[in-house]
Amino acid sequence: MADARQTALSEALSEPVWPASPPLFRIAGVALAVALLAYPLVFTGTFSHHLMIMIFLHAIMAQSWNVIAGMSGQISLGHSLFFGLGAYASAVLYVKLGVTPWVGLVAGMSISALVAAAIGIPTLRLRGHYFAIATLLIGISAQIIFQRWEWVGAASGIWMPIERNNPWLAFQFHGTKLPYYYLSLLFCTLSFAVVWFLQRTRLGMRLLAVRDEPEAAASLGIDVAWHKVVAFMISGAMMSAAGTFFAQYVLVIDPDRVFNLELSVLALLMVVLGGTGTLWGPALGAAILIPLSEFTRTWFGGTGGTVDLIIYGILILLICIYQPRGLLSLVTERLRRRVDTL
Amino acid sequence: MCVKLLPQPDICMSSDVIIQAIVSGLLMGLIYALVAVGLSLIFGLMEIVNFAHGEFLMLSMFFSFWLWVLVGLDPLLSIPLVAAALAICGFATHYGIVRHILKAPMLAQICATFGLAIAIRSLAQFLWTPDFRTIQDPLVAGRIEIGGIFIGQPQLVAGLVCLTAFIGLWLFVSRTETGLALQATAQDREAAAVMGIPTDRMFALGWAIGLACVAVAGSMLSAFYFVFPDVGINFALLAFVAVALGGFGSIMGSLAAGISIGLVESLGGVLISPSYKSLIVFGLYFAVVLIRPTGLFGRY
Repeated sequence: MADARQTALSEALSEPVWPASPPLFRIAGVALAVALLAYPLVFTGTFSHHLMIMIFLHAIMAQSWNVIAGMSGQISLGHSLFFGLGAYASAVLYVKLGVTPWVGLVAGMSISALVAAAIGIPTLRLRGHYFAIATLLIGISAQIIFQRWEWVGAASGIWMPIERNNPWLAFQFHGTKLPYYYLSLLFCTLSFAVVWFLQRTRLGMRLLAVRDEPEAAASLGIDVAWHKVVAFMISGAMMSAAGTFFAQYVLVIDPDRVFNLELSVLALLMVVLGGTGTLWGPALGAAILIPLSEFTRTWFGGTGGTVDLIIYGILILLICIYQPRGLLSLVTERLRRRVDTL
Repeated sequence: MCVKLLPQPDICMSSDVIIQAIVSGLLMGLIYALVAVGLSLIFGLMEIVNFAHGEFLMLSMFFSFWLWVLVGLDPLLSIPLVAAALAICGFATHYGIVRHILKAPMLAQICATFGLAIAIRSLAQFLWTPDFRTIQDPLVAGRIEIGGIFIGQPQLVAGLVCLTAFIGLWLFVSRTETGLALQATAQDREAAAVMGIPTDRMFALGWAIGLACVAVAGSMLSAFYFVFPDVGINFALLAFVAVALGGFGSIMGSLAAGISIGLVESLGGVLISPSYKSLIVFGLYFAVVLIRPTGLFGRY
């Protein structure tokens, strides 16, 4: 009797927590990678490149929001703060000191992580809405401060000088969007790697425990507040990298663009739409919303600037009421049911 | 009397300016308080933060504006109409949205009202363009002078109306049977349900009353403030600070907090810098969160 129980236990323990992906998934993964790498060579139009770059950029933002909301269960409504910090950190270093944006990228990420800690330590020990409101207030405060800060160009922002001789060192490419395409794809892949890795490490496991059962996690000796702060720091650093990339892509930044509340809204929406806490949900959200946004802006022209936001708002509402786990769960639940019946 | 200013220490300013700032801060604070109390009431009842609160304020300002443009009804007279319209919005919000997410995780609760806010704000921009509008010569206009202090008459009337609405709300909640049922639901919804209180209807009532308060503040504001689709954001942010300061769910806390915020904002604008006055108020939120997260009067 005791033996049987012991073998059952050891069998259960030896079973991998994350089952190996079925071969079908691996083939699909390889096909996706090949398709994404070949895409810009097949579709050579500038707009088709731009669209994909925007999708990758927003997928990074969504993954960043996914880390704080999906992995630790806290809702940030001011994620534009980190986007702006990343954009400004690299731009200011480049324009004022001539430091390459690659260093600016790291500087922005470090600053963002520190700022995230400074916000998170007092607010993340309280209940969730305190944190949500704090981030909303800080996101808007950052926009106000940068609009009035003369040294960084106040409301008119920063124009990056054109540099043609050393495109890789200066992180700016003229005439072709190909380098931007592959860089954004690389950044996007890295952001996926962070989430993939987090889901499989002890830190990620503890974060999930903190999200789902804070009391139980605390009783097991997990420092709940500190884990949320760490998640927020990682999330802030990721958003900051997206900001730096955006600054180097458009080469003109101003507070209304990079600290806009709309960026925080977008990050939230892509994740909630696709599936919070999942690896592929944010990408799905970005792949649906960014083309929608680009096309409504083309169809409705200047005045249609808000049509996409109306649709977004209604979409969030519907998702929250009818499918709070996101669109991806429609697929995964069906797959799981099929696997169970087999 | 001579008061030194922080940005320009060599300029001396008269105490009149300070008193002026106190009076206008007080009057504005009453409006903030009425906006905040709606938020606080809704939170106290069902622990849901209404992120669309500012957008409902904006809607009520537009209601009042269009009633003036199309029917010629003054904002002061259209208060009951706007309040009724917003109360209906409150019922609709509860039965259409909030009711379905009461038991949902916090993520869905926050995102739902946030999504509603985005939809309403963008729809307003689409329908009415982002232009700033004002109501020309309303019933009460101009200003009165008392001992060198100027008080805008619309602001004075707005402050008085808001104070009256506050007293009415307080009497309703503490003196009537429905009000007591509302309080009981806020304290313990299961116990209230056992006692035969229809909690779902109480929640809907909470939304209706909360948004009616916003409507009163909105119609009063429209008489002297710009009406535009983004107008709600700043008021909502101040209301969040007020609710944190006064304590989530406390009515009297909202009044005290709203007035304090009005004072801090207007004194901060005069003494420190007008362009950072909202940042000074936001700073209050962090002071509260760090020192006394339950607020001045509130429960956790």
